[in-house]
Amino acid sequence: MKRVALYAAALGFVVFAGFPFYWMLITAFKQNRDLYVGASVTSHVPWIFNDPPTLDHVKLLFGQTDFPRWVLNTLVVVVAVAVITVAVAVPAGYSLARLVGRWGEGLGMGIFFTYLIPPTLLFVPFSRLVSLLGLQDSLGALILIYPTITIPFCTWLVMGFLRSVPWDIEEQAMIDGYSRLAVILKVAPRLIVPGILTVVVFTFTLVLQEFVYALTFISSVDKMTVSLGVPIALVRGDVYHWGALMAAALFTSIPLAIVYNAFMDRFIQGFTMGAVKG
Amino acid sequence: MAGIEIRNLRKHFGDLHAVDGVTLSIHDGEFLVLLGSSGSGKTTLLRMIAGLERPTSGEIHIGDQRVDGDVPPRARGIAMVFQSYALYPHRTVFQNIAFPLEASRTPRKQIEEKVRWAAELFSISRYLDRYPRQLSGGERQRVALCRALVRDPKVFLLDEPLANLDAKLRNTARDDLKRFQRRIKTTTVYVTHDQVEAMGLGDRIVVMERGKVRQIGTPQEVYEEPVDTFVATFVGQPPMNLLEARDPALPGRTLLGFRPEHFLPKGVFGPSDDTRPFRFAVRRVEYLGSDRYVYGSVVEAGAAPGEVTIIAKLPATIALPIPEGETHEFAVPRRALRYFDADTGLKRAP
Amino acid sequence: MTAHRTLADREDVLGALMLAPALAYVILLVGVPFGFAILLSFSDATAGSLHFGWAGLRNYAAILGDPIFLRALKNSAIVTVGSQLLVVIIATAAAQVLRATFRGKRLARFVLLLPWAVPVSLIVQAWRIFPFATVIVLAGLSSIPQEIVEAAIVDGAGFWRRLFQVELPLLLPVVAVAVLFGVVYTATDLGVVYILTGGGPANTTHVLPTLAFQRGILGADLGQGAAIAVFLLPFLVVVAVAMLRLARHTEVGAR
Repeated sequence: MKRVALYAAALGFVVFAGFPFYWMLITAFKQNRDLYVGASVTSHVPWIFNDPPTLDHVKLLFGQTDFPRWVLNTLVVVVAVAVITVAVAVPAGYSLARLVGRWGEGLGMGIFFTYLIPPTLLFVPFSRLVSLLGLQDSLGALILIYPTITIPFCTWLVMGFLRSVPWDIEEQAMIDGYSRLAVILKVAPRLIVPGILTVVVFTFTLVLQEFVYALTFISSVDKMTVSLGVPIALVRGDVYHWGALMAAALFTSIPLAIVYNAFMDRFIQGFTMGAVKG
Repeated sequence: MAGIEIRNLRKHFGDLHAVDGVTLSIHDGEFLVLLGSSGSGKTTLLRMIAGLERPTSGEIHIGDQRVDGDVPPRARGIAMVFQSYALYPHRTVFQNIAFPLEASRTPRKQIEEKVRWAAELFSISRYLDRYPRQLSGGERQRVALCRALVRDPKVFLLDEPLANLDAKLRNTARDDLKRFQRRIKTTTVYVTHDQVEAMGLGDRIVVMERGKVRQIGTPQEVYEEPVDTFVATFVGQPPMNLLEARDPALPGRTLLGFRPEHFLPKGVFGPSDDTRPFRFAVRRVEYLGSDRYVYGSVVEAGAAPGEVTIIAKLPATIALPIPEGETHEFAVPRRALRYFDADTGLKRAP
Repeated sequence: MTAHRTLADREDVLGALMLAPALAYVILLVGVPFGFAILLSFSDATAGSLHFGWAGLRNYAAILGDPIFLRALKNSAIVTVGSQLLVVIIATAAAQVLRATFRGKRLARFVLLLPWAVPVSLIVQAWRIFPFATVIVLAGLSSIPQEIVEAAIVDGAGFWRRLFQVELPLLLPVVAVAVLFGVVYTATDLGVVYILTGGGPANTTHVLPTLAFQRGILGADLGQGAAIAVFLLPFLVVVAVAMLRLARHTEVGAR
């Protein structure tokens, strides 16, 4: 009896979370007639294929929009932002957790609070800065600005993660004849790998979802990232190209979802440690 | 080879005085045990010797070098084994042991020789290509000792290295450790909260409590001549019995102390033995195979039975039946009695 | 081997060096623009001109008297609070389910986490954050010492009793963190509303970020845009401080 309830509840949540996804999936491959007829014909069953599936939307996405280009742009931005974030936030997190001592706590909190400043407040100054640097309508603008979100958050994350990692291996290395710096360079990186993965995953999430800054700084179609290009190109006025929209969502989210599942446990660990133990 | 001199060493964490004025002289080649419960400051003291914590004040000398201020851990000529063994998880046993040698830029060939020699010594040669996670607790512990050994340190620092082993393994590991130290004759400072370990291993024991040294002495001195009631009850299992003396011959407020194994039925002693008799109201008898523990309280003439629980430890060689709930004649040899000031806890002459 | 400390041994120096890039980035690219934004909210600056005149509290007065702003403020509050309530309830329940072992659990977990990966522009807030919150709550649940739960079972506490009197109180810190992130995420998000409604019809569905964007960037009135966005700030700070305090003070042996 209890099992039945459990399965029913699990099913309920799966449907809640998965149904829109299923909707996405069939919408991406439905013929337009099948998609839009439901509004006027009440006997139409919307959650199945009434007509044979079609690749039209996928073709539209790849043929008539710059989708492949956007994917490429997104990858460029993701890689650059991830590199900057890892290079800046990981040492900072390490420093806060291990090196600076008592005022590390306060500083870490301070850095974290900057994460709370709403982008809506910052994009006005940012737009001035970007034009000052001549980065309007270039991926460089996004690569410059995104770390303002990832660095505070990831510094905090790495700090929290490191607090959950015992110190003794690093201390052992100091006794074994290494300077503090040598320990940081030779021993610590291996211990922080899960933290670094978490940082990369977070960066991916951000860049794939971020819309505000992309909208503010990018205007040419061939410079857009997926999160900006897709809605801009496929929502024209109040005409939504639902099929192609969904196809785009599908293609970007499936790989990401797989990655998340692989790193989930570590991500949580870094996350909650930083929060609760912070 | 070097001794260690510690002078008036302090470490304060804010209001907490983790180490509160410790002065200590560790001889060259000695096996010294720092014994105390958690929070006694023993680990902090060890970490200051290692250079992992900076003292608030005071001096540490290793050999003829003063190290407390400016000498980083790597330059102190020490080796340390942590409770967790702190093996590098991504390196094989060989690479773990070689790690300190790499730091000192030892030539490849020499590293190879030295690692094999040390591994042979601890009989872990078979495991050299394995990773720490593939080893048992006892094997890990030996790898950690091996790694400490290859540095040729002036001083070994060991932080509860046996605490993570199961009870059976701990005995053999203790024996191995002691034999090993006798052989290489390197000054060793060993931290533990386990008094059995401390007694078994130490040439001398330093009993610590709340950042202060209570007593320094050989295991025998610490056990037989505790300087205060803290040491008396901390060392020994079951602890020393303490009882307010109602003896007009003694100064007021004196505590009598005696070890449970000295508290025996009166009949056990011969007529020539000089003993102090007690009437012992037995509550309960615990049969433990080699011993019997007898719990009860002492009834003084003209007074209500004392509230303090007194324990007698009877070896299996004493077969005398001790029925529960009855009062028996017990006695302690006078030479085994210790006297403490009830107010300060300090030892005093009879 | 050097017998004395060198720079490579000094934790304070190394710490400062490793922290410096992050601090520089944060100060230069968040702190300075932030100050500038506050300044802007007191100015009559417009996009495209370099003129910068002191407007005092005029921008604030203007938006406070603006029914569209008040509407957006109300919408923001409703969306944020509502979605978070929903998220907390659903996520707690889902975590309960995911914690049990049953066949197909891996698949269920995969599907449950899917929405997280979906680009923002397509789905509504609650649905988007709920997997994240579920996962956090799940982590929190697994950090509750098993003995406590077992003690509750032995004591005869049923599922609901256990949930409300044992697990939820112990989960509070973790939930607080989830809510904090949810609030920041939702309150500052512009994508969903912008794409779904664009603030229309007749400006009735604006939230603060979309309105700020419309006024400040599209409408080129930088001062007013900034002033609108500033309104989010005290609200966020209060939530953040409250949640972090909660997370800290109700701390249970999470490790």
